[in-house]
Amino acid sequence: MEKYRINPNQGLEFGLYTLGDHMTDPNTNKRISAEQRLKEIIRLAQLAEQAGIDFFSVGESHQDYFATQAHSVVLGAIAQATEKIKIASSSTIISTLDPVRVYEDFATIDLISGGRAEIIAGRASRVGVFELLGYDLRDYEELYEEKLDLLLQLNENEVVNWQGEFRAPLKDARVLPRPKEGSMPIWRAVGGPPASAIKAGYAGVPMFLAMLGGPAQSFKTSIDAYREAARSGGHDPAQLPIATAGFFYAAETTQQAQREMYPYINEGMKLSNGRGFPKQHFAQGADPRDVMNIGSPQEIVEKILYQHEMFGHQRYIGQMDFGGVPFENLERNIEYIGNEILPQVRKYTAKK
Amino acid sequence: MKIVGLSGSVVGSKTRTVMNYTIDKFKEKYPDEDISLIDLADYDVQISDGRNYLDYTGDTGYVAKELMGADVIIIGTPIFQASIPGALKNIFDLLPVQAFQDKVVSIIVTAGSTKHFLTVEQHLKPILGYMKATIVQTYVFIEEKDFYQKEITNVDVQFRIERLVEDTIDVTHAFQKIREEKDDKYDF
Repeated sequence: MEKYRINPNQGLEFGLYTLGDHMTDPNTNKRISAEQRLKEIIRLAQLAEQAGIDFFSVGESHQDYFATQAHSVVLGAIAQATEKIKIASSSTIISTLDPVRVYEDFATIDLISGGRAEIIAGRASRVGVFELLGYDLRDYEELYEEKLDLLLQLNENEVVNWQGEFRAPLKDARVLPRPKEGSMPIWRAVGGPPASAIKAGYAGVPMFLAMLGGPAQSFKTSIDAYREAARSGGHDPAQLPIATAGFFYAAETTQQAQREMYPYINEGMKLSNGRGFPKQHFAQGADPRDVMNIGSPQEIVEKILYQHEMFGHQRYIGQMDFGGVPFENLERNIEYIGNEILPQVRKYTAKK
Repeated sequence: MKIVGLSGSVVGSKTRTVMNYTIDKFKEKYPDEDISLIDLADYDVQISDGRNYLDYTGDTGYVAKELMGADVIIIGTPIFQASIPGALKNIFDLLPVQAFQDKVVSIIVTAGSTKHFLTVEQHLKPILGYMKATIVQTYVFIEEKDFYQKEITNVDVQFRIERLVEDTIDVTHAFQKIREEKDDKYDF
C-alpha cells in the first residue's frame, strides 16, 4: 500500500468529496455566487484538514449547476491553502481530456502540495462533456480505457513511447514535472455493475467505488470481483487499496439528519439527473445495512464499521455538500466528524 | 396536473385521430388541467445514443423533457409488425430507467387486425412496468373498421375512450393520495 501512500495499520482513512455542484438552497430559494461556492470549497478543505480528516477531493462536471469544471485549478488552490490533507480529483473525466496534460497538472499539484496529490480517473456519468470537448460518444468505452492506460504509463515511466487511436503518438516523450516521489496514486473510478471493477482489478489499479445508496451487500459483489480479477491478473489484492464513496450527513439524531438532508438530495438529484430521490428509498437508507451514511454520529460510526468489516476497504469518502447545503451545516458536520466519528472509526479499525 | 398525450408513430393518421379525440375529451371533462399532445410525426426526434435525457437538445430534448415533466401520459400507438413502432420504442430508450415512477400511463392502440390484441400485454406493458409506470389496466383497442374519413365512427369506441379518460384521472388521484399519505408518514 506504500505506493499509494496508505498505511492500513492506521485504520480506515476518512475523506470528503465534493462534485462542485452549485445549486439553489431549496429551503431559502437562494443560490450563492460561483465565486463564493469555490471559496467555500477551498475553506471546506482547510476545515477538513483541521479536523484531522485524511482526504479531500473535487469532481469535474460540465453541466448546468456545477462550478468546478476546472477542478485541477481548484485543487491547486487547495494545495496552497492546506498542509497535510491528501487531495485528489473525484473524478477527472479522463475520456475527454489529454492524459499528458492531466498528468502535468496533477504532478504540479503534487509538488505544490508537498506530495499529497492523487488522481481518480472516471469516464463521466453525464455525457454532455463529449460534445462540449469535441469527442464522439460512440467511443465512450474505448476512449476511457485507452486514455486511462496512457495515464498509468505516464505515471510509471518518465520517458514514454506510445501509440493509440485517440491521441497523437508519443515518441520518447518526457512528461514533466515528475511528482514528488516520482509517481503518484492513480485510481480507477467505478460505479454500477462489477464489469468496471473487474477491469480495475485485472489491471492492478486501485478502485474508487461510488455507492450512493442500497445495501452494502450489493457492493460487496463488486469488491469481491475486483480482488478476484486482481489475483487473476497477477496482482496481490493486499497491495491494492479500495475506496468507497457516498452520501454523508450527520446531525444530532438520525431523524434530524434525514429531515435536514432530504430536501438537498431530492432537489439536487432533480437538477443534476432530472429525477428526485423517492422518500421511500431515502427512508430505507437509514437501515444499518444500507451504505448511505446519513444519521446520528453514532449510527454513522456503526455503519462505517459494518461496511469496513464487510469490504475490508482502506478509505471511505463522504459527500455531504450536495444540493446547496449551507456552509454552516457543513461546518457542523466537520465538527461531528472530528470530535465523534473519526476517533471511533480509528479506534476500531487501526491495528494496534 | 400535467397530462401529455403521446401519439407514438410517424406513419398514418388513425392514432393521431384517436389521440385528438382523446385529448378533446380530457379538455372537455377536466378543463382546469394542463393538457397537451405530442405527435411524434411533428418532431424530428433523434435515435437514443445513451446520454442523459437532459443532455439532448432541440426536438429530442423537448419531447423527453415534456414527458418527464408529466404526471399522466396517454400513449397512443399503432401496431406494426406485431410490435410497437420503432419511433415509440425510441422514446422509451431516450428516457432514464424508472422514468415513469409516480406517473400514470394509459394506452390506446390502433391496429389493422384483431390478431394483435395481445401485443400491448406482451410487449408494451412489460416496458412500462420496467420503467415503473402505474398502468391503467384496461386499454382501448381500435380497429380499422371503427374509422371513416379520419373520424371515429364506432360509438362503442367513443364510450370506451371516455371511460379511459375518466379512469386515468381517477387512478391518478388515487395514487397521488396514496403517495401523499405515505410521504406524510416519513419524518423528513
